[in-house]
Amino acid sequence: MVKHRDSTHLVHQYLRHNKKFPHVWCPGCGNGIVLGALIRAIHQHQYERDDIVLVSGIGCSSRMPVYVDFNTIHTLHGRALTFATGIKLANPKLKVIVVTGDGDSMAIGGNHFIHAARRNIDITTIILNNNIYGMTGGQSSPTTNYGDKSTTAPYTHIEHAFKISELAVTAGASFVARGTVYHADKLQKLIEAALTKDGFSVVEAVTHCHVQYGKLNKLGSNVDMMKWQKDNSITVQKAAKMKEEDVEDKITMGVLMDKPLPNFTKEMAKLKDRAKE
Amino acid sequence: MANKDKKSVLIQGNQAIVEGAIAAGCNFYAGYPITPATEIAEMMANRLPRIGGTFIQMEDEIASMGATVGAALSGAKALTATSGPGFSLKQEIIGYACITEVPCVIVNVMRGGPSTGLPTCPSQGDVMQARWGTHGDHPIIVLAVSSVEDSFDITVTAFNMSEKFRTPVILLSDEVVAHTREKFEIPDPEDVQVYNRVKPTVPPEWYIPYENTARGVPPMASFGDGYRYHVTGLVHDIHGFPTERREEVKAFTERIHRKISHFYKEIQIVKKYMTEDADVNIIAYGSVARSAIHAAKEARKQGFKVGVLQLVTLFPFPRKDVEEVLRSSKRVIVPEMNMGQIAREVKRVNKNYTRVVKLNRYDGSLINPDEILRLIREAL
Ligand SMILES: Cc1ncc(C[n+]2csc(CCOP(=O)(O)OP(=O)(O)O)c2C)c(N)n1
Ligand code: SF4
Repeated sequence: MVKHRDSTHLVHQYLRHNKKFPHVWCPGCGNGIVLGALIRAIHQHQYERDDIVLVSGIGCSSRMPVYVDFNTIHTLHGRALTFATGIKLANPKLKVIVVTGDGDSMAIGGNHFIHAARRNIDITTIILNNNIYGMTGGQSSPTTNYGDKSTTAPYTHIEHAFKISELAVTAGASFVARGTVYHADKLQKLIEAALTKDGFSVVEAVTHCHVQYGKLNKLGSNVDMMKWQKDNSITVQKAAKMKEEDVEDKITMGVLMDKPLPNFTKEMAKLKDRAKE
Repeated sequence: MANKDKKSVLIQGNQAIVEGAIAAGCNFYAGYPITPATEIAEMMANRLPRIGGTFIQMEDEIASMGATVGAALSGAKALTATSGPGFSLKQEIIGYACITEVPCVIVNVMRGGPSTGLPTCPSQGDVMQARWGTHGDHPIIVLAVSSVEDSFDITVTAFNMSEKFRTPVILLSDEVVAHTREKFEIPDPEDVQVYNRVKPTVPPEWYIPYENTARGVPPMASFGDGYRYHVTGLVHDIHGFPTERREEVKAFTERIHRKISHFYKEIQIVKKYMTEDADVNIIAYGSVARSAIHAAKEARKQGFKVGVLQLVTLFPFPRKDVEEVLRSSKRVIVPEMNMGQIAREVKRVNKNYTRVVKLNRYDGSLINPDEILRLIREAL
């Protein structure tokens, strides 16, 4: 396995050199770390680039596809999974991967997310959870915590945050895992595992937006925010042994769900056979 | 002969759309149930899997539109069908299909509106929404069907145009056409002319996905064909990458309009019934065109020279044909089941050539031939 710290050369092999760089992300943003982990995970499996379709919605995180040399599509805010569903069903041989933000997948795209999970369609979804709307300048998202500040919650946020991974489990995804950008190599492993799963697989990548969320909530630099991830992460196994209230403010890392469930893409193939009889 | 008899069926407009779509090569349908379009989804659920195609009922109309465009990008010929409220929900992604030039067909079986409106009553209230429902300057093709036969033929045309011009095509039906049963002979597949999108043949490294070609329609690779490229709803350069450079934005916007405007002759379809010598011409579309033709025939029997210009293509608005009729008639009647949406277009084109009279119903019922006939008598 090529680790995060030695992967610059590898990552460059997958970037689009005819694309007009620089990218749109702020220096120190966690999005690039997730992209690196995704590229290494894909490389590890030696997938053909022609077979991969990287689909995103709208947001800073959703800018990811344009930079990499796969079949790529930057759709509309919240709608990545709807396009991905059509792409996959019309050509089930394709390896369809969705990258999306917490606002993209949980607010405007929340309905599509739970239904994709319920169908258990064979798509891997990576959600970059930075607890805020980065692209539009720091408004509350469905994962902004109670009591936090945002530009639309100047007197603090009075709503409660979704727990993305737990929601995915409940909605019916067959594989769900959570990682952080601080634990980049571990994140890569989780994405690697998700890519091999049959059915809807979700990896929630906890990341930082120091420019909006960090600044508004006085959380320090990107380094400080990554340190926070390090100090507040516990494994799923450890969390299982702790009291619920002690786990509340922690990031539970690892695999939350891994169970083979009927996969929509395969069910569809069977349905077609039945219909033809 | 025996074979032909077997194929003569009594079907409703919605079913003819399904038959037409399948004859045109449609192999993907995504939708969400809504009256009066639901039968299209139900029949597609039955038919598509049998021919190896895919039907999926999505969680809403937005999702249906997204899946439709996604499937088309994987190479499918994709259809979605809906009515007013669902058509409103689809608008953002219809714009996405315009800017990314993805062929697909959207059926809107019009019912009374706005909002939930009159779910089981006919209307033609969505004409302007079909043209301008999504935001921004964009070209789009809007066709209207008036019968079971039309529903078959024009659905084939809609698919062919979408493939040829790489554009979403909106097919407007209405509750009357959708649910009226008529005898129809389904053509043999070999008698149906089908057009498939042009795919790139150059080596992948030479492929320019949004090239400014002479026709304005660049070849389209499917995901998985080996041409890895980028698709985005942001304005993009010829390589598909986002751009804000003025000259590139301008060139892009002009090309996607040019690819339609250079082919008006082919895209603008009208049917002329006795228009040439007519003193009064009726300009109509959809189920109202049937009443208009009926009224014109009746008027001829009574000694009045009346003709009908039926608009199959509503947009791009068939200006030339309308102008011709405006120039040659003493009076033009535009009957519509709305407050006058196409009448406005007709009046815009009318440069004092003649007098344009509207006949509007917006009470949820069809315009019958008698109403038109009365107006003809008044006119002459
Ligand atoms: C229909 C629609 N509504 C609103 C927007 C504006 N918008 C763009 S990105 C965004 C939020 C993105 O937040 P998130 O998904 O968390 O991604 P991040 O930028 O934080 O990575 C919003 C509201 C839009 N593009 N489209
Ligand atoms: S605004 Fe936040 S999420 Fe967006 S690029 Fe900057 S740091 Fe990253």
